[in-house]
Amino acid sequence: MINKGEILQTIEMIDQQHLDIRTITMGISLRDCAHPDVEQCCQKIYDKITSCASKLVETGEQIEREFGIPIVNKRISITPMAHIAGSCETEDYVPFAVTMDRAARAVGVNFIGGFSALVHKGFTDGDLKLIRAIPEALSSTERVCSSANVATTRAGINMNAVAEMGRIIKKTAALTADAGGIGCAKLVVFANAVEDNPFMAGAFHGEGEAECVINVGVSGPGVVYHALQACKGLPFDEVAETIKKTAFRITRMGQLVAQEASKRLGVPFGVVDLSLAPTPEIGDSVADILEEMGLESVGTHGTTAALALLNDAVKKGGVMASSHVGGLSGAFIPVSEDAGMIRAAENGFLTLEKLEAMTCVCSVGLDMIAIPGDTSAETISAIIADEAAIGVVNNKTTAVRLVPVPGKGVSGRVDFGGLLGSAPIMPVHPCSSAEFIARGGRIPAPLSSLKN
Amino acid sequence: MRAIVTVIGKDRVGIIANVCSLLAKNGVNVLDISQTVMQEYFTMIMLVENPSEGIVFDELSRLLSDAGREQGLSIRIQREDIFNAMHRI
Repeated sequence: MINKGEILQTIEMIDQQHLDIRTITMGISLRDCAHPDVEQCCQKIYDKITSCASKLVETGEQIEREFGIPIVNKRISITPMAHIAGSCETEDYVPFAVTMDRAARAVGVNFIGGFSALVHKGFTDGDLKLIRAIPEALSSTERVCSSANVATTRAGINMNAVAEMGRIIKKTAALTADAGGIGCAKLVVFANAVEDNPFMAGAFHGEGEAECVINVGVSGPGVVYHALQACKGLPFDEVAETIKKTAFRITRMGQLVAQEASKRLGVPFGVVDLSLAPTPEIGDSVADILEEMGLESVGTHGTTAALALLNDAVKKGGVMASSHVGGLSGAFIPVSEDAGMIRAAENGFLTLEKLEAMTCVCSVGLDMIAIPGDTSAETISAIIADEAAIGVVNNKTTAVRLVPVPGKGVSGRVDFGGLLGSAPIMPVHPCSSAEFIARGGRIPAPLSSLKN
Repeated sequence: MRAIVTVIGKDRVGIIANVCSLLAKNGVNVLDISQTVMQEYFTMIMLVENPSEGIVFDELSRLLSDAGREQGLSIRIQREDIFNAMHRI
């Protein structure tokens, strides 16, 4: 029998340290839903999603009860909608988002990802129509998440797409101005997007994926933080070992839940995503872990090194615990969703520049950052370009999820509620990048992409 | 199916008797049991087995947590697999 200490340790992790499965995400291919008629296409999409995911929420809840481990979210990701909608003879792609929303509501999931386009090298007609529909799609739906991949290490950076996404973010914020620009919290601009990411808002079901899969995202910053309290003053070797051991345990639980969900739903298991995903709750913060390593506040000198160690140790610990690791797999640093990050940003100790540096060593990018509402589209595009460059050159996923909060300036704050949290508005650089963005074209792929 | 029942709360007379009789009434077999009292706090851990034709897990879980609530205790049941997954390679 498992010994008593181990049982109580598990229970304490769940009860007091916020250990949970962050998400079970069902990836569904919609490739067989293409149809030239919009209504028929939407009907096929609705039917496919609701039939594949009819038991998703119920099964998730059943596993939660039997294992006594909270599964916070049950979600769906679909084939990038631009690929499916491209088959339709229509200019307006908003009905596809509305259909996704309706299907999500019918099966009881809180988010559905995949109103997406992959445009890292160029736009198809369908991609352009989809991207231009994003602001209205996000303002007229509740559960739909959208993303665009604008760069890859292989293709370089599509600067036309970068410029367009700056404008789309501004427009999305304007259309959801009454809720603080919340539409932008459901819109991610990626470089090197992954096909099996279970985490929102950037999840979509990639082209190389099977018909239907189950991906699981684990979490547990609170558990890592708690484990590190036993390492006060010890050298980093000990810190890394402790994080590895903790990550191993967390991931094993994720693997168990993934396998069980896959078995009960009759859907193949895809990957476990080894990400440390914070929530706004006290004690569930990635920033707290970094501070526990000896930093007075996250954002001070040493933060990047601390984050690099954390990110690496989580992967090393997790990788042996799961048969297939994938998705984003790294520590997340979403400002509005992490109580410690919010605190540091409010005190002026955490800046956009430092966050950008931090994204070089972790997943995913400039995430859930509120910026002044009057920030220009070009400045937002330039921020996207910087982040994409980091991803492209370092062969990693980076992303930008910025919210230019309408009508608010640097001293303000915004509250999105729930898991999306709240954030102080952070200043952006005052000088213009407009001429840089106006050039358009494509930034060529780096030499490191030529591996063959 | 094998599961772990944990009972945590303030110590009082009859905790083990109550939990065991509830389990027995529902045809659940106790395989192992261990308990301690630390600073008036009572912790009991039981390994139990529920035959596949026995009571539905959800129902048993509800009965146990209701019984716990009545006595001011936290009583939970979790499948053994989660502890094996976390602590054994």
